[in-house]
Amino acid sequence: MSSPEEWTHPGPDAAPATAAKPTAEQVIAGLRATDEGGADLVQLLTPEGERVQHPDFDIDITAEELRGLYRDMVLVRRVDREANALQRKGELGIWVPLLGQEAAQIGAGRALRPEDMAFPSYREHGIAWTRGVKPTDLLGIFRGTDNGTWDPVEHRFHPYTIVIGNQVLNATGYAMGQKFDGKVGDADGEATICFFGDGATSQGDVHEGFVWAAVYDAPLVFFCQNNQWAISEPTERQSRLPLYQRARGYGFPGIRVDGNDVLATLAVTRWALEECRQGNGPILIEAFTYRMDAHTTSDDPSRYRLSDELELWKLKDPIERVKVHLVKQQWADQEFFDSIEAEADRIAVELRDYCVNLPDPPAGRIFSEVYAEGNPVLEAQRDEFLAYHAGFAGGEH
Amino acid sequence: MAAPTMDRPTSAAPAAVQTLTIAKALNNGLRASMEANPKVIVMGEDVGKLGGVFRITDGLQKDFGEQRVLDTPLAESGIIGTAVGLAIRGYRPVCEIQFDGFIFPGFDQIVSQVAKLHFRTQGRLKVPMVIRVPFGGGIGAVEHHSESPESYFAHTAGLKVVSCSNPADAYWMIQQAIDCDDPVLFFEPKRRYYEKGEVDTTAAPGPLFSSRTLRTGSDVTLVTYGPMVRTSLDAAAAAEEEGRSLEVIDLRTLSPLDLAPVFESVRRTGRLVVVTEAPSESSISSEIAAKVQQECFYSLQAPVLRVTGFDTPYPPSKLEEEFLPDLDRVLHAVDRSLAW
Repeated sequence: MSSPEEWTHPGPDAAPATAAKPTAEQVIAGLRATDEGGADLVQLLTPEGERVQHPDFDIDITAEELRGLYRDMVLVRRVDREANALQRKGELGIWVPLLGQEAAQIGAGRALRPEDMAFPSYREHGIAWTRGVKPTDLLGIFRGTDNGTWDPVEHRFHPYTIVIGNQVLNATGYAMGQKFDGKVGDADGEATICFFGDGATSQGDVHEGFVWAAVYDAPLVFFCQNNQWAISEPTERQSRLPLYQRARGYGFPGIRVDGNDVLATLAVTRWALEECRQGNGPILIEAFTYRMDAHTTSDDPSRYRLSDELELWKLKDPIERVKVHLVKQQWADQEFFDSIEAEADRIAVELRDYCVNLPDPPAGRIFSEVYAEGNPVLEAQRDEFLAYHAGFAGGEH
Repeated sequence: MAAPTMDRPTSAAPAAVQTLTIAKALNNGLRASMEANPKVIVMGEDVGKLGGVFRITDGLQKDFGEQRVLDTPLAESGIIGTAVGLAIRGYRPVCEIQFDGFIFPGFDQIVSQVAKLHFRTQGRLKVPMVIRVPFGGGIGAVEHHSESPESYFAHTAGLKVVSCSNPADAYWMIQQAIDCDDPVLFFEPKRRYYEKGEVDTTAAPGPLFSSRTLRTGSDVTLVTYGPMVRTSLDAAAAAEEEGRSLEVIDLRTLSPLDLAPVFESVRRTGRLVVVTEAPSESSISSEIAAKVQQECFYSLQAPVLRVTGFDTPYPPSKLEEEFLPDLDRVLHAVDRSLAW
């Protein structure tokens, strides 16, 4: 398990990649791996809800734990759908749907300990949920009232990062700090997890993050949600190679997990975080999943992908397979499912009420906290503007 | 703005007043900050074993170890981006960008994260880091080694930008920048690195974000910073021989600008010449001209004139003496101002 070679071997169909130009067979093998997940995909719960064994990763899960994961996924999906609807009603300027990625996020998020640190991009509403950030705290970003109101120190959940890949370097530096602080090296150690997408893997910052984390042995789990689409561009526009195999070039393990399987994602992420705590980081996880909705509410996927593809992925739904398994195992009854639906309804109402009542920030907010120690030039500009603004308030204009 | 506290131990400074080069003063200043605060770390390309290509960090890795003086992989976005994470974790990183023209791979991290995290989080996250940049020309270097990119950063909200011009400021300003809770771009006049001056290590000459009048005069005000301070002082000395009295103000801080002494001076002299190596268009010199005409409109006897690098890429080094403002170009502008 600890040898990188074990985790980065090419799939059984792949010819040796020694030629400067890939053969047609290599290209086809790569595309197939991207479409189907390939032979290295770690899966513990099939789309049909069957538990399967994996030689390296397994997980002991109680009925209560699995019900908890199910609840998490249902609730974050409901938050996501409700926010999407709020955008359609004009209450949000934009929304970034996570639909289809619930298992990847809940599995990864529930593998974290409170003292671990997480760096999201901007679709990580499920991770936010597992870090104790209230769903209502996400709304301001998309309504335009703030840039995120949660306390990143209290929740150990960094602000959403919109510039693609920036957070990967920030997370790497944070993880280096954990190591410099002597918090790495045993089971009580700390670790950092960083989230990014398939598109981000083309960014220089992600490459540099891989380089830095490797040479400083940073306790960092790179968690790539490969949802197959970077707005309109498929993953093969980003890479010739399955993404998890890139880790080998940097000298650390890369694992592809079924990102629609919450158990497999939880098991693999727990293992990776544990390795990092012990000082064996970094590790790359590619969660193989699918963006079931648009990139954002401003996007129109019908222009670039086939609905057949969506229908295929619906059969791999991350929540449905857990529900089937819970029923088969008789770990949950209808009363349980009804109670989760009722809880989702309550959260949706709270979200709507909060959103429509979210006040516009005061004009002075433009100038607040630009600097930690102030700036007299900016303060003069603020004072001039506020005096001008007050003139309107007094009815003079 | 709270004045930075400057209660530094003087173990690195055996004598209260020493004669040092700017390079050595920076080195001593970095050492003093590292001794005072174990969270201060130095990171960059070749800053460890080699001591930096200009030797500004000479000996620091030997004395403070590889965990506090990091020879980083060769990528500027990586240096800046990981420093952001370290700063959030509680460190105070001092990043060295090897040459001015190499800062641009790190520009995205500086503008998108370093500058905005405090605002984005409404003050919940601070990014107390210093980015040291040897800048400017005059050293006969190849392309990308002689640029003056400071205006890009002064234009960016959330950053503070300073430049030292002499050893005493080098010694104190680097420590004050490290103490600052805001990110500071610290521009070092590389062609002046080996000029000497007296450094009093017992007391800071003043707060970081303040300009300073280096020479008083009554006919024309010269405003400048960094490597052009020496040029402007030389011009003032030459002008004196011709019976002209020039006032010279070293800005020291480029963002925020501290222009009160400039306004006061221009109200007395009625004439202003701004001297920078950086090209003139949409620059710090433009900003000064705009602010001075706004604040000193009825005092001006002549338009604000600028002596700057040209609005071209920095030229091949055989042409740099033509590109760089020198004593004669400064005095020519003084003549034009007085003749207006």
